[in-house]
Amino acid sequence: MTAPALQIIDLAVDLVSRDGNVRAVDGISFDLAAGETLALVGESGCGKSITALSILRLVPDPPARIHATALRFAGQDLLTMPEDALRKLRGNRISMIFQEPMTSLNPVLSIGRQITETLREHRNLGRQQARDEAMALLRLVRIPDPARRLDQYPFELSGGMRQRVMIAMAVACRPDVLIADEPTTALDVTVQAQILDLLLDLQRRIGTAVILVTHDLAVVAQTAQRVLVMYAGRIVEEAPVQALFARPGHPYTLGLLAAMPHLAAPHSDGVRGRLAELAGTVPVLDRPAPGCSFAARCVWAVERCHDERPRLAEVASMHRVACWRADDVARGRA
Amino acid sequence: MIFYVIRRLLMVAPVMAVVTIVVFLLSRLGPADPAAILVGDLGSSEEIQRTRIALGLDRPLLAQYLTWITGVLRGDLGISIFTRTSVASLIGQSAEPTIVLTLATMIYTVIIAVPLGVLAAWRAGSAIDRIFMGLAVLGFSTPVFVLGYVLAYVFGNRLGILPVQGYRGIEGGIGGVLASITLPCIAIGSTFIALIARVTRASMLDVLGEDYIRTAHAKGMRVPVVLLIHALKNAAIPIVTMIGIGFGVLLSGVVVTESVFAIPGIGRLTVESVFRRDFPVIQGIVLAMSLVYVLLNLVIDLAYTLLDPRIRY
Amino acid sequence: MARAPSSFADQVRRHPTIAIGGVTLALVALAGIAAPLLTPHDPLAINPLGSLAPASAEHPLGTDQLGRDMLARLLYGTRVSLIVGALVALLATVIGLTLGLVAGFVRVFDAVLMRVMDGLMAIPAVLLAIAFVAAIKASVTTVVLALAIVEIPRVVRLVRSVVLALRELPFVEGAIIAGSTLPGILWRHILPNTLAPLTVQATYIAASAIIIEAALSFLGAGTPPEVPSWGNMMAAGRAFFLLAPELILVPGIALTITVLAVNMLGDGLRDTLDPRLRKRL
Repeated sequence: MTAPALQIIDLAVDLVSRDGNVRAVDGISFDLAAGETLALVGESGCGKSITALSILRLVPDPPARIHATALRFAGQDLLTMPEDALRKLRGNRISMIFQEPMTSLNPVLSIGRQITETLREHRNLGRQQARDEAMALLRLVRIPDPARRLDQYPFELSGGMRQRVMIAMAVACRPDVLIADEPTTALDVTVQAQILDLLLDLQRRIGTAVILVTHDLAVVAQTAQRVLVMYAGRIVEEAPVQALFARPGHPYTLGLLAAMPHLAAPHSDGVRGRLAELAGTVPVLDRPAPGCSFAARCVWAVERCHDERPRLAEVASMHRVACWRADDVARGRA
Repeated sequence: MIFYVIRRLLMVAPVMAVVTIVVFLLSRLGPADPAAILVGDLGSSEEIQRTRIALGLDRPLLAQYLTWITGVLRGDLGISIFTRTSVASLIGQSAEPTIVLTLATMIYTVIIAVPLGVLAAWRAGSAIDRIFMGLAVLGFSTPVFVLGYVLAYVFGNRLGILPVQGYRGIEGGIGGVLASITLPCIAIGSTFIALIARVTRASMLDVLGEDYIRTAHAKGMRVPVVLLIHALKNAAIPIVTMIGIGFGVLLSGVVVTESVFAIPGIGRLTVESVFRRDFPVIQGIVLAMSLVYVLLNLVIDLAYTLLDPRIRY
Repeated sequence: MARAPSSFADQVRRHPTIAIGGVTLALVALAGIAAPLLTPHDPLAINPLGSLAPASAEHPLGTDQLGRDMLARLLYGTRVSLIVGALVALLATVIGLTLGLVAGFVRVFDAVLMRVMDGLMAIPAVLLAIAFVAAIKASVTTVVLALAIVEIPRVVRLVRSVVLALRELPFVEGAIIAGSTLPGILWRHILPNTLAPLTVQATYIAASAIIIEAALSFLGAGTPPEVPSWGNMMAAGRAFFLLAPELILVPGIALTITVLAVNMLGDGLRDTLDPRLRKRL
């Protein structure tokens, strides 16, 4: 078996402020195999974006402090690597695309400039070579009339097109890992599908491993091979995608799946039922609970859940759940 | 774009009209009478009256204003009451030192202030930032003439290495010019550097928090590239705007500093003319300076299109 | 995350500039007010025999070329600078506020007023002030009026921009629909939003006025020579700069310290009253 592209053990991120420390991400561990698509799922504020940003040390320090037992890419330690060495990896071997295509592109630089500068920086291409390559990239991300677009500015492109440009910039140097932080959240549903399709296509062609951060389970279903479910800064469930949807193990995952709007048949009296919702709210992170962070909202919670933090344990092959009552949940017993 | 330029040039007219009215009225308000000053203490009231008529000062204000304005539009700024030479030539004679001072100060202050502000923003909150911004407040608070005298004291009196009086023109070689403008430029520039450095820092801080800067870092671009190309270009508009506004402050500083260092420029001419109630000269100078200020700001507005492609007139 | 609102002491700790500036200014003001108590000398008393005397017990800062006690002139000069600064700030703010409020709501007035303001701003401050003071007899009052006129455009611009921004907001529309009258709206909704930026700008205006007044006096076009002001002191000391540079440097340093204090106060106020002001001021 080939070595994993990315190896993360016990990643923790503290947000330090005058009023105290908040542990935004706690004990995150996972491997990313070469060419694999891994989804990081959770609602807003669960720490998935910070996790993604921490891999490339893109969280500003202060206020963020990154700790990890291991944060390795192709054997190199990303955590202690000097800034300049890390810079050479960014956009080159590990790339990232962001949620807001409207604001993630520099408004005063041309599209061509923003793509070619990556090529010239990391691959040392000359001006004309870089420009040709940039055009090829625009074609690769299915932007029509690339020659004209190269000289245009971001404000002249639609949201979907801007995201394609971001993808072009990210894959320009054929990275080994692509981190996509909610790439489709800010886009229309139809455009979403196109972008996801594009990502998968590129991934197949280039062989990049993808970490897809999202809150949308539908996106996960379409794209991921493996899923990590996060809640309040911790991983609560880890499974292959089919297993997650077929036999969800953690109460939170259950809640997420139930809350997905179904185009279900209305009740017999013609009225559609209310959308199931998860009662309660995400906990405030500055006062971490001693037990499971989901216990306050969990219908399965027993006393042990409030006192002791559950660890990830195998419930099936490649499927791990952090819950004291995983067996009961699996059997549907209350 | 060309229509915008034309429209803006047309808008210059009412502004300059206000300027001319204000300056004209100010010159004529008040009890002082240039004719009396010209004639001197020993003159009789008939002499004074004759002088007044000769100077056209007895005509109604509106008539005097119109005469002056029509002359200006033809390029004739009138005749100095005191020296009986054309205002334009008087200004022309005094222009060189002032122009050299102003340009030199603008250039060197921008060259120093912008990198200072960029550095302070990049290292916001650090010791460097606090020191720079502390110096900026100091520079901003030290009156130009106070700094001028301090410099003159240290470098002139004590060290004796730089001249503290007068101005050596370009005919005397560039060395002489540089020597004589060094201290005045430093004095005038302190306030301007402070203004530009502060606005650079503030603008850069705004920009550095934007998503596209994070993207630039994520792409692995080098720090100087991120700061100077990705960030600064976006931060430029408020900075350039302040350069335009600060130009007025610069001109004020030049006027005062010329007095400190006895530089025979337009500033000194202005002060003398004010005391002599030499209206035409005062009017001509204020008009010229205001026009330069207005045109500079127009050029700056047009420069916005170069800085931000979203701005198109 | 709920947090208790920071107390005033907290704010001051985070922004020491307010404290430093405020305390320094208070000390300066105190020195000016208590001048008669701090020195037995009359700042205007001429004593040709004791001219240019060095520092001594009787004259802690020496005397100028006319034998006048430097310390006395310095202390009494404080009054002029601070009074001019405060009056100009007050006058410019009140007039500018009124004009700006009207301009924000009456379109025709706005168009005319802004052209006039642009014109005033196009003339370099010192020139405008000199011309004004030279036209009317030099006195402290004239200087205050002249400087106020120089500073009014800034205030008008600021107030006007606040009014224009607020006017479009839904809550103003709501107030109009609910039947509030224009003065009511101004008083209850617009005015409170101008107070913070105005206060900060007023301190900056005061600092600017102190500097320009001194410059005017230095050029001989400011406060009349009978009035002891720092600018006058510097003007008087010009001829003796080589002999006795302290005649110019001492009032110059006093001037710098005072203006620095006012500016620091302004910066501190700006940061505490509303951090967003950093962008506009």
